[in-house]
Amino acid sequence: MIPLPKPLRDLFQAAPTPGVLGVFGHLDATVDAINKLRAAGHTDFTVYSPIPRHEIEDALSQEVSPVRMFTLVGGIAGCAFGAWLTLYMSYDWPLVVGGKPVGSIPPYVVIMFEMTILFGALSTILGIVFNAIFAARRLGTIQWDPRFTNDKFGVFVPAGADKAAGAEGLLKGSGAEEVRRG
Amino acid sequence: MADAPTRLTYDYVTRTIARTLGNPTRGYFILLGAAVALLSVGIVTLLYLIRYGLGLAGYSHPVYWAVFITCFVFWVGIAHSGTLISAILFLFRSGWRTAVYRTAEAMTVFAVMTAGLFPLIHIGRQWYFYWLVPYPNERGLWPNFKSPLIWDEFAIGTYFTVSTVFLIMGLIPDIAAVRDLATGWRKKLYTLCSVGWRGTNEEWRHYTRGYLYLAALATPLVLSVHSVVSWDFAMAIVPGWHATIFAPYFVAGAIYSGCAMVITLLVPIRKLFQLEELITVKHFENLSKLCLLTGSIVGYAYVCEYFIAWFSGNPTERAAFWYRAFGPYWWATWTMLICNAFLPLLLWFKKIRTNLTALFVISIFVNIGMWFERYVIIVVSLAGEPYTPWANAVYNPTWADWGIMAGSFGWFFMWFLLFVKNFPAVSIAEVKEVLPPPRRSGARAHA
Repeated sequence: MIPLPKPLRDLFQAAPTPGVLGVFGHLDATVDAINKLRAAGHTDFTVYSPIPRHEIEDALSQEVSPVRMFTLVGGIAGCAFGAWLTLYMSYDWPLVVGGKPVGSIPPYVVIMFEMTILFGALSTILGIVFNAIFAARRLGTIQWDPRFTNDKFGVFVPAGADKAAGAEGLLKGSGAEEVRRG
Repeated sequence: MADAPTRLTYDYVTRTIARTLGNPTRGYFILLGAAVALLSVGIVTLLYLIRYGLGLAGYSHPVYWAVFITCFVFWVGIAHSGTLISAILFLFRSGWRTAVYRTAEAMTVFAVMTAGLFPLIHIGRQWYFYWLVPYPNERGLWPNFKSPLIWDEFAIGTYFTVSTVFLIMGLIPDIAAVRDLATGWRKKLYTLCSVGWRGTNEEWRHYTRGYLYLAALATPLVLSVHSVVSWDFAMAIVPGWHATIFAPYFVAGAIYSGCAMVITLLVPIRKLFQLEELITVKHFENLSKLCLLTGSIVGYAYVCEYFIAWFSGNPTERAAFWYRAFGPYWWATWTMLICNAFLPLLLWFKKIRTNLTALFVISIFVNIGMWFERYVIIVVSLAGEPYTPWANAVYNPTWADWGIMAGSFGWFFMWFLLFVKNFPAVSIAEVKEVLPPPRRSGARAHA
């Protein structure tokens, strides 16, 4: 691994979090495990899945992603930028074209619209990236398995040595095909 | 794809699509070689144009918008169905799009890249391209935002950026999936491109929400872009251009030509990569239904144009449309009408919609027809200006026009072929999404 300076290391190469990883072959077993973990008081576990599934979302009862605020703010900023761009540039060197007012709103709506979409889309991407990085930073370096992008589901429960046995039993009881400590 | 055969499992989907990224076959190299050869023709022609000037193209007064602008509109049009399939059908939750949208979206990005070359070639002095950027000239004068050409630049720029990020966003989970199966240099490439994707619930939470908003932003964008392109013409007072029907007419035509191009591309790709189980005849049937719908709108728009030209009682307008159908360019107009309005009527028959050879042939004719539609609108309207009879000219494209056009096809196909061999050409995660998930009971019913 490439050594990184400190702030970047904290962000991208966080210290390993001890815990238990369960590998699941079935969606309903994974949902079962999530329900049992929540009932047992675990809140900070991570679920891996090859695709997004509503069953997992519902079991986790996650809040709606804050990405939507990025989209909204980006869109409004883009619209304002489009208005500023066209009106400022028209009045900076006022020149009557085709007998129309120097700052004509109807044609400028096209630019404002395009800028709304452009800024909205780019800030949505930033929203996804920032939120994903912050989430990854909060989780630290946790166990993972390459099969999670193919056909397996996974649940990682952060647990110290004292709680690991309990989490392990819970994952096995829900139908995990494989349970690993790390 | 609710009726997907149950033997399709997550693992099978990943491996089938990952297999397409293996070592290229001879057939692939032949296709790529042909694309590069065509591109070389374009590059050599461009060098000639730079050396000897735009006079090499067939421009003659008053036809100064000709094959280059025709190609520009053609390629922007091709781009449109990609966003239709990836964004609009996503919002409509139509499951069948999952198997075909990646190809369509890649086509969008490369078609816009191709379209973007034409205004640059058309301006003649490519090294002054930055004059298009809104900055004041040496007299402190800014660009005229009342001009549709400036709108066009903003629309195409936004469209290219948004469709590229949309394509890249969709690719990330799929690149992660192929990364975990790959070895060697491909593993390194995919590790870099997958930006650390692991499929955690947090990643999916932000990703799915963001993807939804991107689709919601791309939907009005796709409808706006070709409307803006149509205003390049409709805002001018040239008879045959100055019509309010232009925006919806252009958007329908764009989606029509784009869907036809998706069929043209998917038929050989499905065969080449043996994706028959993922891209089924049902998908082609749905694509051809889209063609039929948009083609009918285009046919209706043709009828409207001619009817209004007659009904308006405006002699100039009438003369312009008479010139189109029976003037020296009658062959272009009739090629357009036959390929776009009459031939696709065959798609009303299910037998034809489910026959891939027939679809492939029809899709090529639609592409030819749509190219001629732009040629008729642009060149024929300018050539036959009835209010300046002394300025009429019969324009004929020269070898330079054809050379650049051939080059554009080479450029497009080169990028497309490189893409499908190096990145998943079918969305892995989204195809899995429409499959029944694995359950303990073995029952693979939908949730």
